[in-house]
Amino acid sequence: MTEDALLSCRDLRKTYGKDAGLVRAVDGVDLDVAAGETVAIMGPSGCGKSTLLHLLGGLDRPSGGEVRLASRRVDQMSERALARLRQDAVGFVFQAFHLMDELTAVENVELPALLAGRPARAARRRATELMERVGLAERAGFLPTALSGGQRQRVAIARAVANEPAVVLADEPTGNLDSAATLEVLRLFESLHAAGQTLVIVTHDSRIAATADRMISMRDGTFIDETRLTGGTRGDLGALAGLEGWS
Amino acid sequence: MQQEVVLALLAKEPSHGYQLRARLRQALGPLGEGMNAGQVYVTLTRLEKAGLVVAEQAAGLPDRPDRKVYELTPAGQQRVAGWLAEVSWPGPAPAEFHLKLVAAAAARLADPLTIVDVQRRELLLRLRDAQRAAMAEPDGSEAGLLLEGLVLRLQADLRWLEACERHWTSRRDGS
Repeated sequence: MTEDALLSCRDLRKTYGKDAGLVRAVDGVDLDVAAGETVAIMGPSGCGKSTLLHLLGGLDRPSGGEVRLASRRVDQMSERALARLRQDAVGFVFQAFHLMDELTAVENVELPALLAGRPARAARRRATELMERVGLAERAGFLPTALSGGQRQRVAIARAVANEPAVVLADEPTGNLDSAATLEVLRLFESLHAAGQTLVIVTHDSRIAATADRMISMRDGTFIDETRLTGGTRGDLGALAGLEGWS
Repeated sequence: MQQEVVLALLAKEPSHGYQLRARLRQALGPLGEGMNAGQVYVTLTRLEKAGLVVAEQAAGLPDRPDRKVYELTPAGQQRVAGWLAEVSWPGPAPAEFHLKLVAAAAARLADPLTIVDVQRRELLLRLRDAQRAAMAEPDGSEAGLLLEGLVLRLQADLRWLEACERHWTSRRDGS
């Protein structure tokens, strides 16, 4: 394991079924995510990327291999310890938002802090701050159904970071969003990144992959390629826009 | 017609002009129908003059272009290798890129998947630039709208590369 990895796994496996019906959803994955890094894992539907994310976040148990988050073995934790881990150390963002429709936006965001036993007042203060940070202060009292898809996902991201998790794991966070809403979510990830948040995002959205520090391609349960995209500025977008020779 | 395309189609084996035309028709389908039948011969004649191909006349037959067998010279081979390795920007045009993969696979000169990977990396870097520029624009800005157009075009290109990757992976795996 790399010393400075915040989140890592070795020879991680998850299989379903047996004999001829054996499915290797995750088939021997090694990954090291440094603190503050944004990693995008890309691959077609069914390549195992969501299963991998669930294993990393302790939502599911591996069939083999190790997962470590901040030096703790996630794969060996008791159910109780896993529940605490998911509450405190890992923030989840899902494609379908998974907000509670009966609660207002700010109530959704304060929920993780309340579940973790923080005083109601402190939880509300933190949630209000976060609503501001995601640009939705004036929508704090709205029910999720009164918000657009992009706004709902921003609320879900605010909720994911409510307990200052070590890592945020996002599963197709822009899968249900149009182009403009995707831009809002990308901006928000960028601001989290700038604030030092560690992010692992599984997606088939090339816009997310292109703006991550590192992009990993996954197929049939394994990693097949890795691309580091930092510092890619070439400044010749004008040619793509048809502005060549205008100067 | 682009000279490199004809050269690359010859890289697999020495061929008659009509065989090259058949390969182009197969690779381009309906898009190749508008192509002038004589275009391949015009290009072959130019390539011959430039010393990139040599033509051998089949013995005892009249001197007609479709009786000749064309073969790459070392200079022609070099030109093909350069073309396969080249990453052009913006582009290449879809047909050129497609034929590059077809020719590379047929001649076993380069792995089509490597060509796809190189091109994808190039597109991802542009998408990164375009997306970052779009993120820096205020909501509703006119420049943001243009950048959104660039982002969507790059995304479409990347999706096509995924399709290319699937196709050439399955060909390689023999399925």
